[in-house]
Amino acid sequence: MKSAVIVFPGSNCDRDMAVALEKITGQKPLMVWHQDYDFPVVDFIALPGGFSYGDYLRCGAMSARSHVMKEVVKRAGAGVPTLGICNGFQILAETGVLPGALMRNANLHFVCKDVELTVENTDTMFTSGYIAGSNITVPVAHHDGNYFADDATLDTLEGEGRVAFKYANNINGAQRRIAGITNKAGNVLGMMPHPERMIEPALGGSDGRILFESIMNRLG
Amino acid sequence: MTKIDDTVITPEIVKEHGLNEEEYARIVKAMGRVPNYTELGIYSVMWSEHCSYKSSRFHLKKLPTKAPWVICGPGENAGVIDIGDNQAAIFKMESHNHPSYIEPYQGAATGVGGILRDVFTMGARPVANMNALRFGEPGHPKTKHLVSGVVEGIGGYGNCVGVPTVGGETNFDPSYNGNILVNAMTVGIADQDKIFYCAAAGVGNPVVYVGSKTGRDGIHGATMASTEFTEDTEAKRPTVQVGDPFTEKLLIEACLELMNTDAIIAIQDMGAAGLTSSSVEMASKGGVGFELNLDNVPQREANMTPYEMCLSESQERMLMVLKPGREAMAQAIFEKWELDFAVIGEITDTGKLTLTFGGEIVGDMPIASLVEDAPEYERPYEYTAKRESALVAAPDDLNKAVMDMVGGPHLCSRRWIWEQYDHMVMGDTIQRPGGDAAVVRIHGTEKALAISTDVTPRYCFADPYEGGKQAVAETWRNVTAVGARPLAITNCLNFGNPERPDIMGQFVGCLEGMGDACRALDYPIVSGNVSLYNETNGSGILPTPAIGGVGVMADSTKMATIPFEGAGQSVLLIGETKDELNVSLYQKQILGTESGRPPHVDLAIERRNGDFIRMLIENGQLATCHDLSDGGLIAALADMAMAGKVGVNVTLETDLPLHAALFSESQARYLLAADAETAEQIRMEAKDAGIPVAVLGTTGGDRITVNGGAVDLSLAALTEAHEDWLPNFMANAS
Repeated sequence: MKSAVIVFPGSNCDRDMAVALEKITGQKPLMVWHQDYDFPVVDFIALPGGFSYGDYLRCGAMSARSHVMKEVVKRAGAGVPTLGICNGFQILAETGVLPGALMRNANLHFVCKDVELTVENTDTMFTSGYIAGSNITVPVAHHDGNYFADDATLDTLEGEGRVAFKYANNINGAQRRIAGITNKAGNVLGMMPHPERMIEPALGGSDGRILFESIMNRLG
Repeated sequence: MTKIDDTVITPEIVKEHGLNEEEYARIVKAMGRVPNYTELGIYSVMWSEHCSYKSSRFHLKKLPTKAPWVICGPGENAGVIDIGDNQAAIFKMESHNHPSYIEPYQGAATGVGGILRDVFTMGARPVANMNALRFGEPGHPKTKHLVSGVVEGIGGYGNCVGVPTVGGETNFDPSYNGNILVNAMTVGIADQDKIFYCAAAGVGNPVVYVGSKTGRDGIHGATMASTEFTEDTEAKRPTVQVGDPFTEKLLIEACLELMNTDAIIAIQDMGAAGLTSSSVEMASKGGVGFELNLDNVPQREANMTPYEMCLSESQERMLMVLKPGREAMAQAIFEKWELDFAVIGEITDTGKLTLTFGGEIVGDMPIASLVEDAPEYERPYEYTAKRESALVAAPDDLNKAVMDMVGGPHLCSRRWIWEQYDHMVMGDTIQRPGGDAAVVRIHGTEKALAISTDVTPRYCFADPYEGGKQAVAETWRNVTAVGARPLAITNCLNFGNPERPDIMGQFVGCLEGMGDACRALDYPIVSGNVSLYNETNGSGILPTPAIGGVGVMADSTKMATIPFEGAGQSVLLIGETKDELNVSLYQKQILGTESGRPPHVDLAIERRNGDFIRMLIENGQLATCHDLSDGGLIAALADMAMAGKVGVNVTLETDLPLHAALFSESQARYLLAADAETAEQIRMEAKDAGIPVAVLGTTGGDRITVNGGAVDLSLAALTEAHEDWLPNFMANAS
């Protein structure tokens, strides 16, 4: 499985993502600097966490308008599996590939801690390794993770099984406790929690590993 | 601009620059003429307490700074130690007290930014941030606002640059009501053959400015940090810099990328006193001169004067000397990261700092004079008088006392703070905040660094010598308690006005204690910072020599942590508990007084007990361990039970009154937990080594009980009080 990690100025979980991908898939991902938007064909694209462009304007807003994202959106539209974590999710929401927006946490504070997530749908290429309805532990680290969309959109997301993860306890004010969603085609997942930080017992657990293993199982 | 530089230097202007008459006379003598306004400004910051250490240098020289594993001691941007495998740990702690009091968010944020730069300037990738924070009493009207702003500022900066903030300490005391302390520490890792220093070399080589543009922010920050606060201090808000962590992140990556080439001869961050201090230090260390063309300095604002450019403390800027011909390659790297890059001058053989602007020479000063002629004061000092021991009464209600302490401002969980810090980014935090020391794995290996920041200011006030020893010993103990070998420390020496003999006596006493502890524990000081004049309207802070200790463990899979691991573990106490309740947290919080003599630190015993603990952990015999400090045995017991979510039942066989056995803050003690068989083995080994050891009891149930019910508390209730104090306190933050 050949992956690419897109790196923006201010990305800071790019190395963590690369380490996780290499540890789990056995293959070093391609690190794609945002200016190198004409990057080779890959099986999987990851948009890592961080503070691209300093989160100035709005989280993800500037990256969403970059050349490289035009390319990512095009490839995602053509079916290339794409995962956006934290800032990556914010960027995907800003591009419109995923619906809704990530607002400031309800308590206005940055929050970094392990949270319980409920796996809502195991019929996605990102979650097939989990047990439906089970709870997993994955850390969050964000200031703007409060998912918002209008009721009609939320109904659609839930109705179409596009909510991949919900917070067991609402940590940031997200509508319907949503932590991660997929696009209609199911090849794009955006989530606020960081599965790449939970891939070995020394880091506090391995629940995040299963997500990467699921992708790998699908892509071979 | 000429108008400003033509300003006639009057005694008032000299005074406004924080220089006394004698110091001004020295400047005139060194220059052989009256300085112009720009030159006066430059002298004033270079000779400020903050930059010149004029009150402290004499005493700092006496501190131990050497060991076989020390690669670079004090004097560079940060200290460097050998951690094996051709790797080095580079670290330093620095204060940002005055700015943080005036503007808590930006003050704290730029404190983090500054210390990060000190570390990556030397070629290290920063891997961990720590902090040591002191606020006024919780009831003071400003405290919540300051806690809230400082925590957000530290988080706002550290989270964005993507360096985990892995731990620290937070204290409340009325002495900080008008002068909080924000001390930030960064630890980085570099290859030993890729360490960069600041000594400039090579006449004609280009001097290059990179990073953010220069604005008018922070002018006179170093001077502000060198005076006492008064009530009109808030008017100094414009001297607080504004941080841009996004630019810092780019600067880290760009610098590290350039450091992978052979282009850099010397590099220095622009910290306090900005362009002035960085160029003077680089030139001075290299024994060369600098000629800078200020027209080429990237500027954020129009019509800046040479004075402003030289004294600006705009953040996220660096100065480098490159090998000739490498400019284009270096520039390409900085352009990739969208940062300014400008050749602003070159190295000369004049030994002078020569500044040109608009085709004119606007400053011409001997470098040696700026650095070496700074006055060194051996200020008069009076040692703090030795106190008599005080009797410390038992509490009316033991259970309530424990509950109040564990669920009170001093011992409560700091979770509300550290959950606002990204403490996991970089994927190597293997011991998160809340333990004895933070532990960060060295990327790609099983080795790890353990880091702890500590000091007990009330001890330092009662007995500076013992307090200084204790601060060093406590970091050593915390680093030991997770299983690491303590290697070296950095310090941040926060004191009041050194012109007062009693304050200077505190300073000297603390340093003597620190020095003795460092020598006895083979634990030298490799970097540090002095922050004096921490006073408001004549009232000084408690002497607060914050220590940041760093240790290394070869096999991090053996690391010890504090939570009890389920029911049925035996609990052991290592070390002797004496009747040492004077100046204890119990005395302070429950009895409302801090009298008598603080606990004595016997450094030989400290070392013996600590070496024993580390051996157990390295042998794989011990995985649950906690050092004893504030609040004594009962506080440590509660920590381990709360963290492990399991109760504990202990019996203390002692001649001491029970409240002394529970709350005494005797040093060199550790609580251990292990299965019964291993515990017995540990007990025998301790006995054979002549180390006091006692099996106290067993984990299990949902209560903490001592001596058949003398203390009997629900773990759930205690945990709730412990976890809720700080969030409840902050809930109404203004």
